[in-house]
Amino acid sequence: MGQYEMFVTDVLVIGAGLAGERAAIESARNGLNVTLLSLVPPRRSHSSAAQGGMQASLGNTAMGKGDSPDVHFMDTVKGSDWGCEQDVARIFADTAPIVMREMAHWGVPWNRVTLEKRVYDGKEIHEDPEKVGLISARNFGGTAKWRTCYTSDGTGHTVLYTMDSIVQKYGITVHDRVEALSLIHDGETCYGAIVRDLRTGQLRVYTAKSTVIATGGYGRLYGASTNAVINEGTGMSIAYDTGVVPLGNMEAVQFHPTGIVPSWILITEGARGDGGYLLDKNGYRFMPDYEPNKKELASRDVVSRRMIQHIRAGYGVDSPYGQHLWLDIRHLGAKHINTNLREIATICRQFNGIDPVHELIPVRPTQHYSMGGIRTNIDGQAYGLKNLWALGEAACWDLHGFNRLGGNSLAETVVAGKIIGEKIAEYTKDVSLKVSTSLVEDHLLIQQKRIEQLRERKGTENVYDLRNRMEHTLNTNVHVFRTEEHLLEAVHELQELNERAKYIKLRGEGKGADPELAFALRLPGMIRLALTIATGALARTESRGSHFREDYPKRDDENWLKRTLAYWREGAKGPELEYEPVKITESPPGDRGYGEATAGAKPLVKQ
Amino acid sequence: MAGRELTFRIMRYNPETPEVKPHLQDFKLFEEPGMTLFVVLNKIREEQDSSLRFDFVCRASICGSCGMLVNGRPTLACRTLTKDLPDVTTLLPLPVFKLLGDLSVDTGTWFREMSIRTESWVHDDSEFDPTKQEERMDNEEALKIYEAERCIECGCCIGGCATANIRPGFIGAAGINRVARFMVDPRDKRTEQEYFEVVGSEDGVFGCIGLMACDDNCPVGVPLRGQIAYVRRKMASAGWKMKVGR
Ligand SMILES: Cc1cc2nc3c(=O)[nH]c(=O)nc-3n(C[C@H](O)[C@H](O)[C@H](O)COP(=O)(O)OP(=O)(O)OC[C@H]3O[C@@H](n4cnc5c(N)ncnc54)[C@H](O)[C@@H]3O)c2cc1C
Ligand code: SF4
Ligand code: SF4
Ligand code: FES
Repeated sequence: MGQYEMFVTDVLVIGAGLAGERAAIESARNGLNVTLLSLVPPRRSHSSAAQGGMQASLGNTAMGKGDSPDVHFMDTVKGSDWGCEQDVARIFADTAPIVMREMAHWGVPWNRVTLEKRVYDGKEIHEDPEKVGLISARNFGGTAKWRTCYTSDGTGHTVLYTMDSIVQKYGITVHDRVEALSLIHDGETCYGAIVRDLRTGQLRVYTAKSTVIATGGYGRLYGASTNAVINEGTGMSIAYDTGVVPLGNMEAVQFHPTGIVPSWILITEGARGDGGYLLDKNGYRFMPDYEPNKKELASRDVVSRRMIQHIRAGYGVDSPYGQHLWLDIRHLGAKHINTNLREIATICRQFNGIDPVHELIPVRPTQHYSMGGIRTNIDGQAYGLKNLWALGEAACWDLHGFNRLGGNSLAETVVAGKIIGEKIAEYTKDVSLKVSTSLVEDHLLIQQKRIEQLRERKGTENVYDLRNRMEHTLNTNVHVFRTEEHLLEAVHELQELNERAKYIKLRGEGKGADPELAFALRLPGMIRLALTIATGALARTESRGSHFREDYPKRDDENWLKRTLAYWREGAKGPELEYEPVKITESPPGDRGYGEATAGAKPLVKQ
Repeated sequence: MAGRELTFRIMRYNPETPEVKPHLQDFKLFEEPGMTLFVVLNKIREEQDSSLRFDFVCRASICGSCGMLVNGRPTLACRTLTKDLPDVTTLLPLPVFKLLGDLSVDTGTWFREMSIRTESWVHDDSEFDPTKQEERMDNEEALKIYEAERCIECGCCIGGCATANIRPGFIGAAGINRVARFMVDPRDKRTEQEYFEVVGSEDGVFGCIGLMACDDNCPVGVPLRGQIAYVRRKMASAGWKMKVGR
């Protein structure tokens, strides 16, 4: 078996973004021994890149007046196109204001309400003098009220830095530059993980009473994604690889309307929330024609589709990177752009050489968020394996159904971290750790063998070629608009790639912490996720939220008001799909008030 | 139309083979429109040398992972456009930090140790009360905290600092700025004397020799010059009060 390092802990949290750290804090406060693992130093986790803000119905601003958890709940359910778990949405909406205040108590410098004069959409906003100094909010898509709390242009950054400061305060153990490769389990219970040290390439064993997956999203499957390059979905894949833990709604993929062309860096929704317009090649503001009420601020799935629809109608701007549209924030003025939207200005200047105070920004819908993930119950317990938990973007707790509202994801990480963190702490106290050495060594051996095999270099396939094929397939066939023909093509291609991934040949020797080896270990799992997304999308013959089938353009509650559960059984060549009902506790399916159902699927352009 | 041919002279070092001393290796490729060092390094790894080590996470100058010396100057690789570079560019890892291989350095461990040493969290013993409205704060005050909080822990100010290069315990401009972030925060209940314990030494603000390379090198524009002056002033007065008190 050879030498390996072994770590024993009460709670093992894989992932040190907002979700993982918040959950870890709760266990540490309850006197449990906690270890956090991360691919990168915790503060570099993708949560830090969220700039826009997080939703909570504090209702402190004039434009948020009358807001309440009920209104937030309803926006979330509508946004999800009735695909979410309503009991989850309820505790989420009720808890969000509390965690926002808790983060303020811990140190987040939230922007506060001021009496400074502001004009929005031609109207002057008058704040209530009684509310000055309380947590402020900005406008985000798909919401009835202004409720997105923020710190200028760096919400994720400040919330993560504050969260991590509390992790440091509690002295929680953090191991960075490590990657979980598999879960240790016997088909019934999870006992920890096999982990690779990315500094040296050595394997390690972590055993734990509770194992928590908080590894974020999989955006990089698409290549063209707003996500960080480490968002490769490995946390989902290691749960999926057990053969007994299902992934929920993997076909529900969010595309953000404004990825900047061609680096696909996100231009935050704050730009439109603060009053930015979308323009076409004629400089015409087209969104009011499609969405007279919400205009640029309909939910993301709707705006993304309207944009592609408008491009297809011949109004796109040509560029070497394909057609795009323009985002216009010039009218917001230099002062506003250079303070409240500073990060956007910086991105435009640095990556495109554009000054958004005077120039238009080229944008196109880009993969952004994964609503799907490891399916859990309302307490965060994964289906299928005892002592395994999941939360944050890696999980399908199912707050978002088929479309997540902007600002609801950061809020989810912290709310879920608190609620699920409490459950984990409570539960773990009663678990006694009994794990057999042979089980641990079996799982370790599987990973050792994979590595040895790759180092023998007997295969034929280049990892980067396979990855490029996978990205290309998803981007052309499993995007904003979907049809049976294209989805079938994607499924076939990905099935083939899944076979070919068994014969990877490293170009280098793969010694130690070699980056190519690390990627070769990850890629097969990524391809399995991609195939699962395509298979789920092909099976779902309706349109709901971000999943839009041109051949089935209507939502079909009679047949499809249900959640996809995908299993990858041991030795199988593809996913096995099952379905479960969606929990409706308060709001029966209805009309969202925006999108195709309301405004009709035909373009209404009157240029 | 083919772009310029660019040469990248990159420092190579693999801790697996310590007998091979750090050395420079040349890689050549053709420039493309909008090309950044993020694109360049990935292309080299994918097409020329799969063992090349470097760190990127956000590739959008937000996460602070990719600090390195580009033609001698510490900066973020992901936001360095090749159109601003000469035909031959040297890439070296940031000094001061532990070298993990090629261009990859362990800034994470350095910053974690610094944060823990300076106790970089809000010191306040009161329990959070979930039923209460939040404490009010003036928006200007919040913005002031944010100004310091914007540091992305990239290490560029450290790599280019004369003191940090010779004094391993020095917390550097990023460390001094971190202390300033908590000093301006009314929620942190630490006294001047308590801060003095943390930064009132040669490893803290008094180790700084004030040449301000850090201020020029910070890629996100944290006003380091002002922050260092602020902490120095506060600590000089605290030190003086402590002497008098004694
Ligand atoms: C550009 C951008 C902007 C956004 N803006 C907003 C916004 O304004 N508002 C909003 O609500 N949402 C926003 N989102 C979404 C939101 O940021 C994310 O959904 C959220 O931060 C995810 O948090 P998390 O804790 O689940 O995961 P992450 O923050 O992604 O953390 C994942 C952690 O897991 C670790 N990890 C992953 N795999 C492994 C492994 N195999 N082994 C060990 N560790 C592993 C990583 O190192 C990391 O620490 C944005 C997303 C993007 C892409
Ligand atoms: S001013 Fe001080 S901290 Fe900044 S580079 Fe010079 S010595 Fe270092
Ligand atoms: S102060 Fe600036 S240069 Fe220094 S670590 Fe922070 S962001 Fe980087
Ligand atoms: S990769 Fe994040 S700052 Fe460069």
